[in-house]
Parts: sequence; C-alpha cells; structure tokens
Amino acid sequence: MSGLNIDCALVRCTLTGFIREELGKFGFTRAVIGMSGGIDSTVSAYLAAEALGAPNVTGLLMPYRTSNPESRADAELAAGELGIETLVVDISPMVDAYFEGFPDASKERRGNKMARERMTILYDHSMALRAMVVGTSNKTEILLGYTTLWGDMASAVNPIGDLYKCQVRALARHLNVPARIVEKAPSADLWTGQTDEGELGFTYDDADRVLYELIDRRRDCESLIADGLNPEFVRRVYRMIRDSQYKRRMPVIAKLSHRSVDRDFRYSRDWGR
Amino acid sequence: MPFTVRLAQLSPVLGDVQANLERHLELIGQAQADGVDLIVLPEMSLCGYHVRDLAAEVALRRGSRELGAIAAATQGTAAVVGFVEELPGFELCVAAGYFEAGSLLHVHHKVYLPTYGMFDEQRYFANGTRIRAFESRLGPMAMLVCEDIWHPSAPMIAAHDGAHVLIVLANSPARGPRDGTWETEQAYDGMLRTYAELFGSYVVFVNRVGYEDGVHFWGGSRVIAPDGQELVRAPIGEEAFVEATLDPDDVRRVRIATPLLADENLDLTIRELTRIRDERTEH
Repeated sequence: MSGLNIDCALVRCTLTGFIREELGKFGFTRAVIGMSGGIDSTVSAYLAAEALGAPNVTGLLMPYRTSNPESRADAELAAGELGIETLVVDISPMVDAYFEGFPDASKERRGNKMARERMTILYDHSMALRAMVVGTSNKTEILLGYTTLWGDMASAVNPIGDLYKCQVRALARHLNVPARIVEKAPSADLWTGQTDEGELGFTYDDADRVLYELIDRRRDCESLIADGLNPEFVRRVYRMIRDSQYKRRMPVIAKLSHRSVDRDFRYSRDWGR
Repeated sequence: MPFTVRLAQLSPVLGDVQANLERHLELIGQAQADGVDLIVLPEMSLCGYHVRDLAAEVALRRGSRELGAIAAATQGTAAVVGFVEELPGFELCVAAGYFEAGSLLHVHHKVYLPTYGMFDEQRYFANGTRIRAFESRLGPMAMLVCEDIWHPSAPMIAAHDGAHVLIVLANSPARGPRDGTWETEQAYDGMLRTYAELFGSYVVFVNRVGYEDGVHFWGGSRVIAPDGQELVRAPIGEEAFVEATLDPDDVRRVRIATPLLADENLDLTIRELTRIRDERTEH
C-alpha cells in the first residue's frame, strides 16, 4: 500500500538525529539496547550505532534457558556487523528462583516476568554505563498492545515507535541488516515455538494495512468493511487498540487538587533542554 | 536598493529565554559584522515551541530587558525575532517582532493558532486580531507566523496593505517522509511559491530545526522571488544560515508585467465575503 511507503534515507537521517539530540540534551552520549536478535531491536541498534558511534552503544543479550539459540546468534551477528560491545546476562537464575515460589504460573506470566526482568537489567546498565535505554517497540505492537507493560515497552527514547512493522522491515533492508534477521518469523521468543503471527492469528502485513487506515487515515471500521476487508478481522484489530489503551498511558492519577500531574500540569519532557 | 537577508535556521532551547537571547545577540552581531541588512529567526525563536505551561513564564512584555537588548543590537542590522508576548490585559500571544535602528518597529501576533491533531495552541495563546504591512528602512514588509499562511486571506491582506516582502516565521513539524522529502515540506513549497507569484512579493520563509519530545522540525528555510523563482534554500533537518539578495525593483517589474494585485476587485471580494459571513451568522 503506497501510504505505508516511507523514504528510508530521510527516515534514517531523522531517527539518527533524534537519538543523538534527545540523548545529547540530557548529557548522554551512550546508549544501551536489549538485543533479541529480532528485526526491531536490530534496527534500533543500527540507528543508535550510526547516531552515536559504535563504541558508544552496548547491546545487552539476555537469554532465558528456553530461548532459541538462534536468537542469541542473530543478536551477535548484528552486533558483530556493527562492531558494538555486547554483554550477556542470563536471566534464567532470577526468573527460575522467582517461579520456584509459583510453580503453577502460566506461560504468559512467565513471559511477562522475563520481559520485566530484562527491563530491570537494562535500567541497571543505564546507570552503570551512563547510557540511555533505547527502545525497540514498533507502532504495530504498541497499537495492538502486543507488548509487556513496563517490560519490553520500557525505554527512555524510542526511534522506531512510529514505524509499522512493514516499515521497520523496509528500513532494515535499507540499513543492510543481515537478511536472515529481516526474513525470519517475528517472535517474542518467550516460549519454544512461539511466533508473533501464530499467536496473534493474523499477519503483520494485514494488521499494518488495517491500522494504517484506522489510525493514520482516520477511517472507521464500517468503511473498511465496505472496502471488502474481513469484518471480523477489522473489528478485532479495533478492539485490540481500544483494550490496550491503558498500556499507552501513564498510570491514572486520582484528581484531588487544582493542579495534578499530567492533567493540568503540562510541561514537555525537553523542558529547559 | 537591493538588500541582503540572512535566514537563521536554528534550534532554540525549550523554555530557556536567557540562553536563546544570548545566541540571538551573537547572531545579530555576526550578521552586522558580515554586512547583512536583515536577519530573520524562526517562530518562537526566544523560547522554543512546546512551551505549554511555560507560556507565561517565557512571555515578554514590551519594554522588557530582553526585547530591549535585541533592539539595542539592531543599530546596523535589522532583525525579525519570534517570542511570546504578554499583553497589558495578560493575554499571551505568539509574536513576531521586527527590530531596526535600536527599536521594536512592528509586532505581528499569530492570528491562526492551530488546535487540532498534534497542535494545542489555543489552549495557551490568544489569537492575533490584525494583519498589517509596515514601512521599514528596507521597504514595505509584513510578517506572518506559520499557520497564518495556511489561510490565503492572510498573505492576501498583507500584500494589498502594501507589503513587498512577506516574512514567514515557522515551527513546522515534519510529517510524512516520502519521495526524498516531508509531505509537510511539499505543502509549504507549493504555498510559498504560489503566494510569491499571486501577490507579486518576495516570500522569506524561516523554519526551525531540531527535536522537541521526538517532534522534528524540518527547516528548509527559503526565499522566493516575486516571479516564483527560488533564490536560496537551506537544507532539510540541520542548522543552517543562508542568504539572499532582494531587489525591490523586482517587485515593481513583476507587478507591472502581471498586475494581479492592481486588478483585484476588492469591492467584489469584500461584498461577497460580507454576504457569506452574514448568511452564516443567520443560522
């Protein structure tokens, strides 16, 4: 779909400038990124390395004992191409220690715990390395809520959060990300055999098309259905957006005073920068 | 007499008037040392764009130390500066000030404050209530701010009021990265060329660059001659200082060759617009 086409060279230049400036305003020159070996974190790492220079970017690889070994190999491949430092922190001991107390926990609980475990390690290294956490969530998963709140969603700056999955793919090709990373089936790799599209029950390309029409073009479900799109699918995507809105907001604060944070106390994050 | 304009496509510090003021004074001083006649800075160049609840804190009154310092620096080179002005009735306006020969010659208050999509300006600011040309040492000018030029009546009024040069200060955010540029830039490009040609005027457009909370301002400042030819264009997305020489005789030549302004039927326009307004208010 032509509306989803982006000028990758201009996007690349804008996003590297974004990383450089938004870190620089806060006195940071270094970035830390959780690298899963997937396309999103690889693209974020490529952008950060170009923006800040490879010596200023650290890739954190945080496998769990059931993670697919290919994920780690792909993250190492990307880091090697970029010449960035990597650190490996195995999260199995802490995650397993926790679930010893909750042996019946579902795989979803375990998956969320892993995502949040990784977040705490990233933020610990943010302080240890004086490096900002660069985010890896794309617009498709943010809108669908297909992401763990305070887990993989957490970051200081996110260069790819306004790019749909298909646009991340186009940008990855433009950045010469290794083909096997671009082409493999997207997976959160939280349990063996998990794939995003398998779990969601639809493809990212189909979701991107509906999201683009609903969000960017402000169309409504009925007009998309009239265009011939599957009614059930269109309504499901709409519900996923609605039902995950809480993930895209700060915690709701009960209003009592005449001026409450985030309601009538309104300042930009870059205040004074 | 031809004169030179320098377009200062910079990235202000958000909410730090003092830091921005120091940079303005340096740039005006440099322009003067370089023999430039006029330097133009972007919209809200003294405070940055997303000031939100800082609006009152960054606002300046006529006669303030900051505006006085800029005026004092313009003994040789004139300067157009963007700021928030606090009026005597405490309204806050997005202002463009034209400073020359040691004083603040003219102020335009942004008339059209976008409050839709990503914009929230009417929450914080009051609308300007007039569009006026003014006589400067460099000839008749008018200033408009960003959203003002999305309303063709604004440059039309300015040109009919006698302006030969339309100075447009902008904080235009980049949206739609397609075909080598931003869709926003393409829209501005069309408007600026069209206005230069339709109103037989120079158009001096200065847009900021940099990022605020992830919003990127695309720059691309430029000067369009009255025949629609682009004289200079600053790059997209980076700080830049570019110059052009404007020749007032070009305005005369173009307006005689293609007398669109002179031929305008103002009576008809006013009559029809009055009718349209009256019919609307009947509802």
